[in-house]
Amino acid sequence: MNIYALLQFVAFAAVSVGLMLPLGIYMAKVFNGEATWAGKVLGPIEGLSYRLCGVRGAEQQNWAQYAGAVIIFNALGGAVLFLILMHQDQLPWNPQGLPGLPYDLAFNIAVSFVTNTNWQSYGGETTLSYFSQMLGLTVQNFMAAATGFAVAVAMVRGFTHKENPGLGNFYVDVTRAIFYVLLPLSLLFALFLIWQGVPDNLQPYVQATTLEGTQQTIAQGPVASQIAIKMLGSNGGGYFNANAAHPYENPTPLSNFFQLISILLLSIGLIAAFGKMVGDRRQAWALLASMTILFMILLGLCYFSEANGNPAFGHLNIDQIISDTNSGGNMEGKEVRFGIFNSALWATTTSATSNGSVNAMHDSFMPLGGLVPLFNMLVGEVIYGGVGCGLYGILLYVLITVFIAGLMVGRTPEYLGKKIEAHEIKLAVIAQLLYPICVLGFGVVSLLVPLGASSMSATGPHGLTQTIYAYASAAANNGSAFAGFNGNTVFQNIMLGIVMLIGRYGVIIPVLAIAGSLAAKKITPPSSGTFPTHGLMFVVLLTAVIVMFGGLTYFPALALGPVAEHLSLFQSVAP
Amino acid sequence: MSKTTEHRPLFSLALLRDATIGAFIKLNPEKLIRNPVMFTVGVTSAMASLITLCEAATGKSYSFSLQIALWLWFTVLFGNFAEAVAEGRGKAQADSLRKTKTDTTAKKVDSIGAKDFTPVAATTLRRGDLIVAEAGDIIPGDGDVVHGIATVDESSITGESAPVIRESGGDRSAVTGGTRIVSDRIIVEIRANPGESFLDRMIGLVEGAKRQKTPNEIALTILLVGLTLIFLIVCVTLQGLAAYSGKMVPVIYLIALFITLIPTTIGGLLSAIGIAGMDRLVNFNVIAKSGRAVEAAGDIDVLLLDKTGTITLGNRMASEFIAVGGATEESLAEAAMVSSLTDDTPEGKSIVRLAEDRFKWNGGARHKPDMNFVPFSAHTRMSGVDFGETSIRKGAPDSILYMCGTSGSVEITRAIERVAKTGGTPLLVALNKRILGVVHLKDIIKPGIHERFMTLRRMGIRTVMITGDNPLTAAAIAAEAGVDDFLAEASPEKKLALIRSEQAKGKLIAMCGDGSNDAPALAQADVGVAMNTGTMAAREAGNMIDLDSDPTKLIEVVMIGKQLLMSRGALTTFSIANDVAKYFAIIPALFIGIYPSMNALNVMHLHSPKSAVLSAIIFNALILIALVPLALKGVKYQPASASTILRRNLLIYGFGGIIVPFIAIKLLDMLISQTMGI
Repeated sequence: MNIYALLQFVAFAAVSVGLMLPLGIYMAKVFNGEATWAGKVLGPIEGLSYRLCGVRGAEQQNWAQYAGAVIIFNALGGAVLFLILMHQDQLPWNPQGLPGLPYDLAFNIAVSFVTNTNWQSYGGETTLSYFSQMLGLTVQNFMAAATGFAVAVAMVRGFTHKENPGLGNFYVDVTRAIFYVLLPLSLLFALFLIWQGVPDNLQPYVQATTLEGTQQTIAQGPVASQIAIKMLGSNGGGYFNANAAHPYENPTPLSNFFQLISILLLSIGLIAAFGKMVGDRRQAWALLASMTILFMILLGLCYFSEANGNPAFGHLNIDQIISDTNSGGNMEGKEVRFGIFNSALWATTTSATSNGSVNAMHDSFMPLGGLVPLFNMLVGEVIYGGVGCGLYGILLYVLITVFIAGLMVGRTPEYLGKKIEAHEIKLAVIAQLLYPICVLGFGVVSLLVPLGASSMSATGPHGLTQTIYAYASAAANNGSAFAGFNGNTVFQNIMLGIVMLIGRYGVIIPVLAIAGSLAAKKITPPSSGTFPTHGLMFVVLLTAVIVMFGGLTYFPALALGPVAEHLSLFQSVAP
Repeated sequence: MSKTTEHRPLFSLALLRDATIGAFIKLNPEKLIRNPVMFTVGVTSAMASLITLCEAATGKSYSFSLQIALWLWFTVLFGNFAEAVAEGRGKAQADSLRKTKTDTTAKKVDSIGAKDFTPVAATTLRRGDLIVAEAGDIIPGDGDVVHGIATVDESSITGESAPVIRESGGDRSAVTGGTRIVSDRIIVEIRANPGESFLDRMIGLVEGAKRQKTPNEIALTILLVGLTLIFLIVCVTLQGLAAYSGKMVPVIYLIALFITLIPTTIGGLLSAIGIAGMDRLVNFNVIAKSGRAVEAAGDIDVLLLDKTGTITLGNRMASEFIAVGGATEESLAEAAMVSSLTDDTPEGKSIVRLAEDRFKWNGGARHKPDMNFVPFSAHTRMSGVDFGETSIRKGAPDSILYMCGTSGSVEITRAIERVAKTGGTPLLVALNKRILGVVHLKDIIKPGIHERFMTLRRMGIRTVMITGDNPLTAAAIAAEAGVDDFLAEASPEKKLALIRSEQAKGKLIAMCGDGSNDAPALAQADVGVAMNTGTMAAREAGNMIDLDSDPTKLIEVVMIGKQLLMSRGALTTFSIANDVAKYFAIIPALFIGIYPSMNALNVMHLHSPKSAVLSAIIFNALILIALVPLALKGVKYQPASASTILRRNLLIYGFGGIIVPFIAIKLLDMLISQTMGI
């Protein structure tokens, strides 16, 4: 590892942690309904929007009402987006005259953006009008992120409420998430990106003559405003097809650095807010420690497998050694501007957090390098995770960890004073069961049915990885892809759309039901007989449970995919 | 366990024989489905057998499938066997309990005053029936003495041979069916319908047949079913992945993989653990009305204990003579002793004994025929003796002071306070209305009780002493005994209020009591242990009954509850941790035909795919039987903080669970490849 990579990582970690703490305190205040500086400015608008929409903010919703509100809110958002996409040719701001989309693609995109997956079966600049990008996708970027926030906050209330089954009010939580967190931060970040050179206009595409004398179309559009929320809201759906590898979407080293930070920012901030909301910061540190252990291991694996280069190039006398003048390693599918470390860091971060934006092509990673983002998604995006979903995702793992460990100390398992009983375990198990059904069940169908198999650009283990990656990405609501996989077929659009829906609401509904059940329980004060959930032991245990669950469920798939590819590649060139 | 009433061997020959038969009987699908994991193994074994038959019928080589099928059946049988052993041990307990339920004839009467009785079978008695029991009779059912007093031999249920007094009214009115009247005659009102008595419930619990699953057991079963389903998805889709990769995997291999992955170890031992826990409880002479209560005992945060009989020996002892106003200690001791010569209360006897020890007197020799003893009455709150011109009185300070027509000197007041502050009870002695001094009656803290409270504190349980004493006395005794808190001048309402306020804070409360006035508190507490000597009302209100009437036994009950949960957690962890090694054994075996490079994953260097799969499946079956003793005895529990316990158990069952199968599977593989050559 060269010194620049190391320095950059230190800066990345320091800035992330430095921003996380104040943001966490601020977000805890926002969702506890306490006074904030932003409230002084935006409070009247918030109040007005409740009056206009007939929201009675003081009214608590029980879990079923809360879940109902989530579904209705997202269903309406999805329907509007679907209609916009189908009929974008009849709508304004379409200087390129792009046609309306076919139903299957429109369905896939609508589901994808509403579920915060942002899987893209399309190329942005060649498919969508400015109207669709701005009023369709960008709006849902905000709504989906705010929904994630709301569900996570509702789950936290499950732990803090004492014999009170109310989980807060979904509409209030969503409104506050948008007004007080997402909009101000996006505005700041968009301005930063414009400064760095990201375009933000409604001009027609520019025709340019290149040095070679050929014609090139240079896409334009309201890019910066969409990229800001795309990064912050762990959406990840790029404006351009090349996503963050595109020079307009990610023009400078500074933009790359802060986009990396912005992937993590709200996820880790919300975990810090969790510590504040439950009144015990150590609980948040424990979760962060566990996530960071996994993150570091996976980042290390990804970086070193890329940096070591491809053994198949060995006999071609290609220099893959990293030096000051050579980025070295496996550079296939990577931006020369970013090199190995930034690509590996981005790939690990984006897949750990359910973001799904990319600045390098994961399909071209080494088998084990590509295994890293795949594994991140297979464990359910809990290594920091997406905004909101990361927190409630890891809390599901915490429930299972605490249940097994709690039994081992001889007490009915409890977390934050709430007893974890059959009802909660049942719901947590349902949520855990849906992932393998989505990834392995739907994935295998896609592998074996000719309609699905035709999407793969490779055969053998790499094709298997492509398909499993696509379904893992959809199930975990990540959105990144092994780009060789062609998702834009009727079969894949529909299948992946269904998987995205299950992956999102199949978790949200059990999570809210768990929260409702926990909220109605008493809070047992801790004693020396209580299993402490803030120490090193808990961190190790939680880490082990995540790895075991992910590892045990997907071991055969990983063995036949990336591991088989890796072994074949390295053994075939072995002397 | 600091104390066991008997040490039984884990297995006996007869037990093993019965359990082996039981293991086969339990193959009945209707019985097997109660345990979803083992039912799954059963179904899979049937599939494997079918595959073997098909192979045999079509003339293919079937020896490998046959071996897999056999080991799968063994896995089911071993699980059944574990349950049968636990049930067998429980049944032995139940049989001894049931012996007390011999078909007695009850002497039914119409009213308390009735002269004649009708002989009826004990089994026909209903709640509210009155029966008469005389010397030599077996009491036909649980009930309350409504008339008379009798000595009862309860050794059949308590093992304690000394007969106990049972009388109407008061706190010693409950009698248990199956016990024998030694002397006198009582009329008993039956309080339980046939089949509902404590014995019936307990027999049901230890026999396991009608055992209800406890809440944590249900939750764990759900988790295990979830894991089973996940691995079902994994194994079914694996065939799809293999098909894509170029070669289907033989179904028998997939079956083997599935069974080794699902948590068969904990699945097979789960009910054995539960039954064994109940069995241990009975062994401690505690009857639980439900498994739920035992489990709740493990969660207890606060323990309420009556002072008298629990923390202190029931009786106060004279420990000191404090003379005042110029009287000598000797004159005080003499007056106190003489006044107590016929006082049969333990306090009175202890005064005589103290005076005799202190001054080498012979108390009996001082007894004169003209002495006129005045017994203690609740009205005068004093007792004494009159002879000749002499009148001696001893009693509660305020009563004696009132009798003497004085409010007491400063010296007297100080002496009284000094005694009260150390937790003692002051007794004033007056000779001819002149106060000689104070006798210090001391509460004797039970030996060893301090250590027991230390143990509880280590377990994270707070102890609260309940006493009718004034706060001053209560504080002194609480400090000496080492309890965390006390409730002085306790009334039934105060006890109930204390329990409710603690519960409102989210805590789980255990309490033990015996009197009728304890019944509301026993019912309100999460774990209420009623003393067997207590009233029927108390016994109905509690959810456990201690046959030995030893309130500190709650500590053991708590331990058993904790052990029950720990055993389940430890074996679950072990079971899941095992999967790592099994994967490394079977996955390379499955895929080596597709990708020869997959041999790199064969980290154990197992001999061949067949020997690898067979070793894994054999390990899976054998580990189940190897852990039966652990399931029956329970995981070792030493009172310590949760972190310490967790660290220890994680190391043994988590880390050990990963390591052990790697070694065992390798050894089995060496054995198999050497002996069978596959």
